[in-house]
Amino acid sequence: MELGGILAYLVSFAIMASIYAVFSLGLNIQWGYTGLFNIGIAGFFCIGAYTSALITSPMPQGIYAQYVKQLFGLNLPFPFGLLGAALVCGLVALLIGIPTLRLREDYLAIATIGIAETFRLIFNNERWLANGPRGLMGLPQPLEGLVPSEYYNYLYLAIVFSIMWVIYWAIERAIRSPWGRVLKAIREDEVSAAMSGKDVFWFKMQSLVFGSMIMGVGGALYAHYTKAISPDVFTPLYGTFIIWVMLMAGGSGNNRGAIVGAFLVWGIWIGTKFLTDLLPYTLKARAPYIRFLIVGILLEIILIHRPQGLLGEEKRVSRFIED
Amino acid sequence: MLELFVYGIVLGSIIALGAIGLTLVYGILRFANFAHGDLMTAGAYVALFFVASLFPSLGVPDTRLAPFSFGWRMVAAFPLAMAAVAGVAVLLDRVLYRRLRQRGSSAVMLAMSALGASFIVRMVVLILWGADYRSFYPGVLRPAMKLPLGVKIRPDQVLILGVGAILVILLHLFLHRTKMGKAMRATADNPELARVSGIRTERVITWCWVTGGALAAAAGVLYGIDVQIHPGMGWNFLLPLFAAAILGGIGNVYGALIGGLVIGVLQQLSTAFLLPTYKPAVAFIGMILILLIRPQGIFGPRE
Amino acid sequence: MSLLEVEDLRAGYTEEVDILNGVSVQVEEGEIVAIIGPNGAGKSTLLKAIFGVLKPREGRVTFSGEDITGFPPEVIVRKGMGYVPQVQNVFPSLTVQENLEMGAFVREDDFSARLEELYRMFPDLERRRRERVGRLSGGQRQMVALARALMLDPKLLLLDEPSAGLSPAMVSVVFEKIREINGAGVAILIVEQNAKEALRLSDRAYVLAMGKNVLSGPGEELLENEEVGRLYLGG
Repeated sequence: MELGGILAYLVSFAIMASIYAVFSLGLNIQWGYTGLFNIGIAGFFCIGAYTSALITSPMPQGIYAQYVKQLFGLNLPFPFGLLGAALVCGLVALLIGIPTLRLREDYLAIATIGIAETFRLIFNNERWLANGPRGLMGLPQPLEGLVPSEYYNYLYLAIVFSIMWVIYWAIERAIRSPWGRVLKAIREDEVSAAMSGKDVFWFKMQSLVFGSMIMGVGGALYAHYTKAISPDVFTPLYGTFIIWVMLMAGGSGNNRGAIVGAFLVWGIWIGTKFLTDLLPYTLKARAPYIRFLIVGILLEIILIHRPQGLLGEEKRVSRFIED
Repeated sequence: MLELFVYGIVLGSIIALGAIGLTLVYGILRFANFAHGDLMTAGAYVALFFVASLFPSLGVPDTRLAPFSFGWRMVAAFPLAMAAVAGVAVLLDRVLYRRLRQRGSSAVMLAMSALGASFIVRMVVLILWGADYRSFYPGVLRPAMKLPLGVKIRPDQVLILGVGAILVILLHLFLHRTKMGKAMRATADNPELARVSGIRTERVITWCWVTGGALAAAAGVLYGIDVQIHPGMGWNFLLPLFAAAILGGIGNVYGALIGGLVIGVLQQLSTAFLLPTYKPAVAFIGMILILLIRPQGIFGPRE
Repeated sequence: MSLLEVEDLRAGYTEEVDILNGVSVQVEEGEIVAIIGPNGAGKSTLLKAIFGVLKPREGRVTFSGEDITGFPPEVIVRKGMGYVPQVQNVFPSLTVQENLEMGAFVREDDFSARLEELYRMFPDLERRRRERVGRLSGGQRQMVALARALMLDPKLLLLDEPSAGLSPAMVSVVFEKIREINGAGVAILIVEQNAKEALRLSDRAYVLAMGKNVLSGPGEELLENEEVGRLYLGG
């Protein structure tokens, strides 16, 4: 494989890892800083991707209208897609937060699973919404004409990377503010936080909404990278579980950890492909399962031997005492 | 409509068996076992292994037991599958949950570990058997019997009701007539007082997994007899299982039984106006409603 | 040799803060010994540290000559000590009979004789043997709690505020029952907020404050003691 090929491979790797890093950052706000056990990431992944797709695609005309059905198609540029994805996800988070945020953490978790499953079922079965199981294809990419198509990925990497760092920077600022300290206090000891007069529910809601908006952006970035999405992309494995492994591996409660974890676990995921490529032909069909088994075992090892992840929780100024 | 109700009871019995195990684990171990659905999957596939692989190679005969759809192999495989999954559940506890428990990990960490375990179990099944849908006895005709009021039911389904009832009765006897069963109820009530009374909590926990795992396996096999099995079946049951356990009052075994039947009926009735694939979503909506209206479930909280 | 000897015990719930800062207590066979003192003095913590519910950081606990410091409850209960916690001291969804059966859990043999003995001592419970304890009144529950702890015929019973939450009439009944239990030969170490009753009941008593011994002596003496009266007996 010549240099050009290797480079192209690394670029694809970096794009996916960065997209997943965005998800990790969103999850980190919810889990790392507020202790919300969100196992429904795939739902926001799905909604973000589809929203951006519908906003940036035109309504199908002519013959196409018979094959592709969608609820709307605004044909707006990429930034509107991102914005729309974030807003819709935020709205959905707000709506589901109202009945579920007062629940115990494990009840919240099962509720998030239900939500993700429900959305996936809706997108899969309601053809009028977004073309059902066939999904949407031919999604536009930002600044498409700017570079020759064989170099487009480099441009997209730059876009995704910048967005990732902007999000990182924004979260870092927010966390160091009084708002961030309240979130931390809630995670540590909800009862005390409530007794000191903070509206715990409202803070949790903000955390849920902001985290989900970021996940929506991640979904949009994914859609415009792969240019085609369908409901079976947003499974509990690819859309939720792997992100949890990334955050736990990198260090929950640590934004750099979220990014490092994403790159690390995506690297392990890609690495397992090389391993399974060595398998005999008869086992090749099982390769994705073997790879996911490795990822699952990795999570268990992390939980048992290094639950704080690679970078550990962020030590912050003020009253965080480490022993 | 009546027929949907009847089938709802059948499905509900399967959900109930799973929910009972789930609620037992919750009452004694105080965490949400996200791997419980996949224990059902494991039970179904272990039974498949016996019926379709091991027994044929051992030359075990398979005379069909009319009017049911299965033969002697299944009769033998059923308890074996229950035992195997009981073992799997205990193994998961020893390797994963116990270590977290001894460290004083929170319920959320345990639930996360269970989530990981659920994927591991599912991947193992996928690796060994692939993603296809399978039947225990492919190609066997399953005619329905006609009952009064125009309700059709298959003999298999009557058996599911019967087996479910027997298992519940056995569980009741275990929990109320044996020393370990009473110790399990005591530990669920008040784990510290149980220790103070000399009850060895780790043994109670082991028995809890044996019971929960065996019941989950039974549910999985029964479902496979009725419908088909596929590696994702357990995950699809997670929402109904939790909905049933929460509806009945988490920790309450009899609540889970009733809850299972209710959720089963609700799911089946929903197919009158929704696609069947929406059944998990129906269970989920039901669960949200309970949590909003009466979060402690029908039978209230465990003291 | 005392039945129970606690030497310089230090214990707490977190790494940083100790509730007990070096407490020493002795109980002879057949005695009733009371521990009184203000809230937060560490009285309940003392019982928990003796019975292994809490692991002591320093100090020694000797029972019948054996060093049992830091042993877990499952082991200590087999050595002839019983413990009745203050709150949540019954199994509410189990029947009265089942609660008692759990008390005898460590016994492998037939303990129906002991069960009958206890029913004779607690006739009210015998009438209710098949009722769920969660449905009983506070006073009846306290009786179940005591009976459960007695199933193994302990030589020493640790009681954590048995009068808590009970009406004055019920308190008298409970204390009468404690006297009866003691009369049958069981030594009692009782922690009480109701200092007056506890001092009247006990042979000897210790006053604890801030996790340390402050005073000790025969029950009657401490009852007369002015300082004790002022601080702990409500004047």
